[in-house]
Amino acid sequence: MFIYEKKLQYPVRVSNKDVRMAKAVLTQYGGPDGELSASMNYLTQRFSMPLNELKAILTDIGTEELGHMEMVATLFKKLIKGATKDELIAAGMGGYFADHETCPFLVDAEGEHWDSKFTQAKGDPIADLYNDMAAEQKARATYENLIVLTDDPLVKDTLRWLREREIVHFQRFGEGLRLYEEYSNSKKYF
Amino acid sequence: MVNYNLTNQRLNKQQEMLLEIQKLQFAALDIALFLDTHPNDPVALYRHKMYTERLRQVKDAYEMEFGPMTIMGHEVGDSWRYINGPWPWES
Repeated sequence: MFIYEKKLQYPVRVSNKDVRMAKAVLTQYGGPDGELSASMNYLTQRFSMPLNELKAILTDIGTEELGHMEMVATLFKKLIKGATKDELIAAGMGGYFADHETCPFLVDAEGEHWDSKFTQAKGDPIADLYNDMAAEQKARATYENLIVLTDDPLVKDTLRWLREREIVHFQRFGEGLRLYEEYSNSKKYF
Repeated sequence: MVNYNLTNQRLNKQQEMLLEIQKLQFAALDIALFLDTHPNDPVALYRHKMYTERLRQVKDAYEMEFGPMTIMGHEVGDSWRYINGPWPWES
């Protein structure tokens, strides 16, 4: 089961309100390569993993991603806090405001809704682990794009930290893949 | 860990303790992910033990002073301080 712990995994701070950036970071909440997609990938795939190491790593990274969702939502709330009607409209968030006010919602940077098609669970460990390694690289690339879009050193600090986690997760999934390959070579069931 | 030199913000006691918990928990979590794929690594096992022991102490002290961080935490006062703000996305 899951128990909520009342704290962020890493501090989220912003220097100034920035509605345009708030709209952009939302993609890591509910976009195709965002934290929800990652979490649902791993927490779903673990049910068909044959090795204890793989069950563990998918469970723990999938859980960490839920914490990252909370960080991204916090970043969104801090960036949009105090936005005026004119600022929302200028940033292209008039329609968003009509539907969600300033609550974070599961959409990408262009407002496209989250879809379970953003996740994969093939049931085959090799297919799923390669998918997960690619997912981490896509998330890393997205964070790098977001870092380019802001001049705020505090926002950059949070985004850099999240980017670094993608690299660590990629490494762990790579090790998981190697463990599975050793295991399947030793079984010779073809 | 977090670069507080980016601002001149002074942390209050609760924020300082929370930052210490975040540091220790991050160290323990990152080592735990490594242990998931290297379950017999003695150095990682030792470090995980070190960080989790220190984490438990700091967390106990934090919960004593500011209330439970989880709904399984121990409330020593006569009111359920778990609900008190600021919540993580507000602070």
